Amino acid sequence: MSACSAIEQQYDDAVQQREAATLGMWVFLATEILFFGVLFASYTICRVLHPTGFAIASRHTDMLLGTIETAVLLISSSLIALAVRAIKLDQRRVASLLMTGTAALGVAFLVMHGFEYLREYREHLIPGLDFMQSGPYAPSVELFFCLYYFITGFHSLHVLIGVSVILVLAARVARGSFGAQRYTTLELTALYWHLVDIVWIFVYPLIYLIGRSG
Amino acid sequence: MSTQHFLVLIPQASSLAPRIDALFWVMIGLCSLVAAGVFVAIVFYCVRYRRGSSASREGWQQQSLGLELTWTLVPFALFIGVFVWSLFLFVDARTPPPGAQTLYVVAKQWMWTIQHPGGQREINTLHVPVNTPIRLSMTSQDAIHSFYVPAFRVKQDVLPGRYTQLWFTATSLGRFPLFCAEYCGLDHARMGGAVVVMRADDYSRWLTGAAEQGTLAQQGAALFRGRGCDGCHGDNAVVHAPSLQGLYGHSVALAGGGSAIADDRYLRDSMLLPHTQRVAGFAPIMPSFAGQLSEEDLIALIAYIKSLGATPAVDDDERH
Amino acid sequence: MNAIDSSALDGSFLARGHSLRAWLTTLDHKRIAILYAAGITFFFFLGGAAATLIRLNLVTPDGALMSAESYNKTFTFHGVIMVWFFLIPSIPTTLGNFLLPLMIGARDVAFPRLNLTSWYLYIGGGLFTIAALLAGGVDTGWTFYTPFSTMFSNSNVFLVVAGVFITGFSSILTGVNFIVTTHALRTAGMTWFRLPLFVWAIYATSLVMVLATPVLAMTLALIALERGLGVGIFDPALGGDPLLFQHLFWFYSHPAVYIMILPAMGVVSEIIACFVRRRVFGYRFMTYSMLAIAVIGFLVWGHHMFVAGMSTYASLVFSMLSFVVAVPSAIKVFNWTTTLRKGQISFEAPMLYALGFVGLFLLGGLTGLILAAPALDVPLTDTYFVVAHFHYVMVGGSVMAYLGGIHYWWPKITGRLYSEAWARFAAILMFFGFNLTFFPQYILGYEGMPRRYHSYLPQFQALNVLSSAGASILALGYILPVVYLLWSLWRGDLAGNNPWHARGLEWQTSSPPPSENFLRPPQVREAYAYDQPEP
Ligand code: HEA
Ligand code: HEA
Ligand code: HEC
Ligand code: CUA
Ligand SMILES: [Cu+2]
Repeated sequence: MSACSAIEQQYDDAVQQREAATLGMWVFLATEILFFGVLFASYTICRVLHPTGFAIASRHTDMLLGTIETAVLLISSSLIALAVRAIKLDQRRVASLLMTGTAALGVAFLVMHGFEYLREYREHLIPGLDFMQSGPYAPSVELFFCLYYFITGFHSLHVLIGVSVILVLAARVARGSFGAQRYTTLELTALYWHLVDIVWIFVYPLIYLIGRSG
Repeated sequence: MSTQHFLVLIPQASSLAPRIDALFWVMIGLCSLVAAGVFVAIVFYCVRYRRGSSASREGWQQQSLGLELTWTLVPFALFIGVFVWSLFLFVDARTPPPGAQTLYVVAKQWMWTIQHPGGQREINTLHVPVNTPIRLSMTSQDAIHSFYVPAFRVKQDVLPGRYTQLWFTATSLGRFPLFCAEYCGLDHARMGGAVVVMRADDYSRWLTGAAEQGTLAQQGAALFRGRGCDGCHGDNAVVHAPSLQGLYGHSVALAGGGSAIADDRYLRDSMLLPHTQRVAGFAPIMPSFAGQLSEEDLIALIAYIKSLGATPAVDDDERH
Repeated sequence: MNAIDSSALDGSFLARGHSLRAWLTTLDHKRIAILYAAGITFFFFLGGAAATLIRLNLVTPDGALMSAESYNKTFTFHGVIMVWFFLIPSIPTTLGNFLLPLMIGARDVAFPRLNLTSWYLYIGGGLFTIAALLAGGVDTGWTFYTPFSTMFSNSNVFLVVAGVFITGFSSILTGVNFIVTTHALRTAGMTWFRLPLFVWAIYATSLVMVLATPVLAMTLALIALERGLGVGIFDPALGGDPLLFQHLFWFYSHPAVYIMILPAMGVVSEIIACFVRRRVFGYRFMTYSMLAIAVIGFLVWGHHMFVAGMSTYASLVFSMLSFVVAVPSAIKVFNWTTTLRKGQISFEAPMLYALGFVGLFLLGGLTGLILAAPALDVPLTDTYFVVAHFHYVMVGGSVMAYLGGIHYWWPKITGRLYSEAWARFAAILMFFGFNLTFFPQYILGYEGMPRRYHSYLPQFQALNVLSSAGASILALGYILPVVYLLWSLWRGDLAGNNPWHARGLEWQTSSPPPSENFLRPPQVREAYAYDQPEP
């Protein structure tokens, strides 16, 4: 799907190619929403079935880190939006820098998540690997952490893919492969990154905040 | 009451069967009508307008709103009529008549265990009196099964972890095949048996013959002592635990807000998953009995708790 | 004559590189279609072999041929293969891939590399499933109901779930590709309401693929999670909700049945228009009804769960919606019928398949309505009545249409004509074999024979024997086309650009088409301009 390079043979012109690529990305994002939708729905139902257990488990998560991660992702999203603006104005160096910044924040997000996982590992909270909790709510806590790892892991996978793509593109921007005339790929990548961000906006309250209310 | 109609390929042995069959054959009739209409039209056109035939092609149309509306709305209205009929029938089929006698069914890979309120147990065979509404309260010990008696036209999935119900009034004497209709593993096909419908006096004679260690509630009382429940819930217990006297059917305030009605499902969860619903004002010390009480034990215990001060029975299964 | 003639095929897409490597790295949508066709045919016969074993086993009441364990694995394998590796990809990825760009006057699909990737995903998923078979099979039924699949089955659930999961991505990518192709690559003058109905069908199908398949993928992932770690998402013993799985599964799988039938409806519309030499009656209603099916199809999943323990009210709502979703199907059936009126009908093999489709789909659809009435579904669910219902719509419907489409476009795809007489004979044989196989199953179901039964009560034997006899005729019917179609590649007459004198753009280019599809831009007119001379 590397649009924006030379026009591929199935397209008449650049406009058509651009439209196709953009539509393709939107449709893809629609499927992404459904992927996460199932996870959120299952999580919600399990939470209703195990209210106390999930509340207890949720308190094991690191709210401070979670909040910082949210901020980091939000900032990274604005950076990449600025990068798209810059490339449209033909400011390649600025764009390249902004994108590197985005990727750096993405990496920071992953590292912080890594620390969270590490701490949970030390607290024996990782089902399948090392889960040792006792008490009446242990099964619910285990279920919570299963879903927690599945959801955040799946999300982190998206972040990882995003970071790699953005880094490659940043290099290509620096080399001058993109400009005011050719920025579709960049724009679509930004779109994808925003989605990753939006998904997190749902994860954050569901996982970190809900158990702490009341 | 069993009418031997030529359309009836299997006996109609319950009060519901003739009503369901009536709807079925009306539906078949309606479908045949639609199908016949379409088939006749297709064959007629295919013959008349075969290439090279001399039939006139004048007046050929590309589309017609009127036609489209007619042929969608007319059959649709007919079928909606059927839907409404089916709706009433379905609600009836799901609502046991008041006063139906409750039997308990436990499904497990690959057999059916049935417990009568008098304590009689049987496996893969269910004895019931004729012309008496019977309600089955069912649960499974492992996978999902489905209780199916074709002659009665009844079927209900039997789920682990909850109670589903089914009711019927048998109208013919005899032995009718019972199947497991939900795929449940290796011997799914052999997980069957029979329902034996008997005259009322035969049935009571059978009950006496099959009587065992006291009624269900008595068996439950024995378990209540044997498993140490009374150590906490008994009258002389030192532990601070709620009394179960008159609990059944009442609303219970839960820790963390909210309340629940103490129905079968609630009692069951209290024993197996006590952590999902704590009674307000008590320490979470009640251990889980998951894996220690069989489904049959649970049914007996619930029957016992019910007997401790009966209040009008709540319907425990309509909650899904 | 063929030695000389074959030179006429030299400029075609088939002539571009004969090496295996050239085929496996091709980006040409037409070649990818043929790659898919190879895979799909393979899986059809694999699934058919399983069906053969099922029918053989059911000849005797005690299921003498196989043990219960092997039987359970056989029908599971049959269902999984037929649904995910044959029927769902069948028409979209073969005929759809081949024809979609041709019909809209494009040179290829929007994302050719993605297209090839989809094929590799499909094959990859298939390999996992075959690996599961070799490792001993899986015994959960194609529906993977929990908690059986997560807690009690000790067969290769992971491998099969992984196979279906991977193939799911193939569906999603194909859907994305087709949606974008239809939007962005229509040639000048090809407005939405000039599109052939087949394109509409593929478009509607793609919408469903894209919006439903992710749900399946994640549901399967949750199964793997629960099975792997023993946590209770679906298992009530651990506090989970077994109905949650069923809701998620059917939320995908009901729309999936429309993934199977919509493309078939598209194919049949093309064939009928061509052999009646008329524009399909009520073209606009046909397009709207396809979109309606795609949308309403998402709201009826609960009709698979009437006895599962769902609340009465939910059942009634789902029942009502199931009746509503039948309306657009009704529109289609009536419109096909009316198209015949005052036409110039001829009965070449594709037309026989199409007429067979209409009849069998009608019977299957109407029995679907019977199942949609909850009071009737209670006795009928999980019996052979349901088995008969879905084979009527899937085999009588979709497979008939698929074969009709293969016959109709065979001359375009290969440049060769098959033997008309044999083709007609096969179509008729299939029709009778089919009815003999599956009609008795309606009666069996009404009499109460449950499905997924390795052995059964002796009173059901007569009808089962009838059904098995039918299946052997049906099998013969399916083997015939393989023979005469392959024969035609070698000995068939050259087809010429437009042997049926049809009107779609695909017939304006040579047979087989050149790699770039059109040497000069095709002439776009209204769809089905049979009242105007051939361009
Ligand atoms: C190609 C696949 C396909 C298609 C198109 C359909 C179409 C329909 N199906 Fe089917 N179905 C399956 C494949 C399909 N189904 C499968 C695989 C299963 C079983 C899965 C399993 O458990 O393993 C199943 C099971 C199934 C059930 C559950 C049975 C059970 O397990 O208890 C129900 C219940 O409502 C149902 C209903 C319908 C309805 C209402 C339609 C409608 O869309 C049909 C609409 C068509 C018509 C009605 C015919 C044309 C109409 C007219 C000529 C006009 C007259 C009518 C009116 C105006 C109302 N189907
Ligand atoms: C597209 C879907 C599709 C197709 C095409 C078919 C095709 C057929 N199906 Fe299938 N079927 C399903 C989808 C499909 N089925 C599904 C989803 C289920 C439910 C599974 C479950 O419960 O989980 C099912 C279940 C099912 C059952 C019920 C099993 C049970 O509940 O116990 C039966 C029984 O008769 C059956 C029969 C057949 C037959 C006779 C054919 C025939 O049309 C097939 C004819 C084709 C051939 C016969 C191939 C010819 C080739 C050969 C003969 C070569 C053989 C080679 C060797 C033996 C080496 N199918
Ligand atoms: C160690 C003490 C202990 C034992 C042993 C025990 N329970 Fe309990 N039980 C409690 C406490 C404390 C509560 C209240 C807190 C809660 O809901 O968990 C309770 C609650 C209940 C409730 C819900 C009561 C209500 O008012 O809603 C039921 C029903 C129940 N127990 C049944 C049993 C049965 C049956 C057994 C034996 C098989 C048993 N218990 C064994 C301590 C115990
Ligand atoms: Cu129990 Cu099937
Ligand atoms: Cu359905």
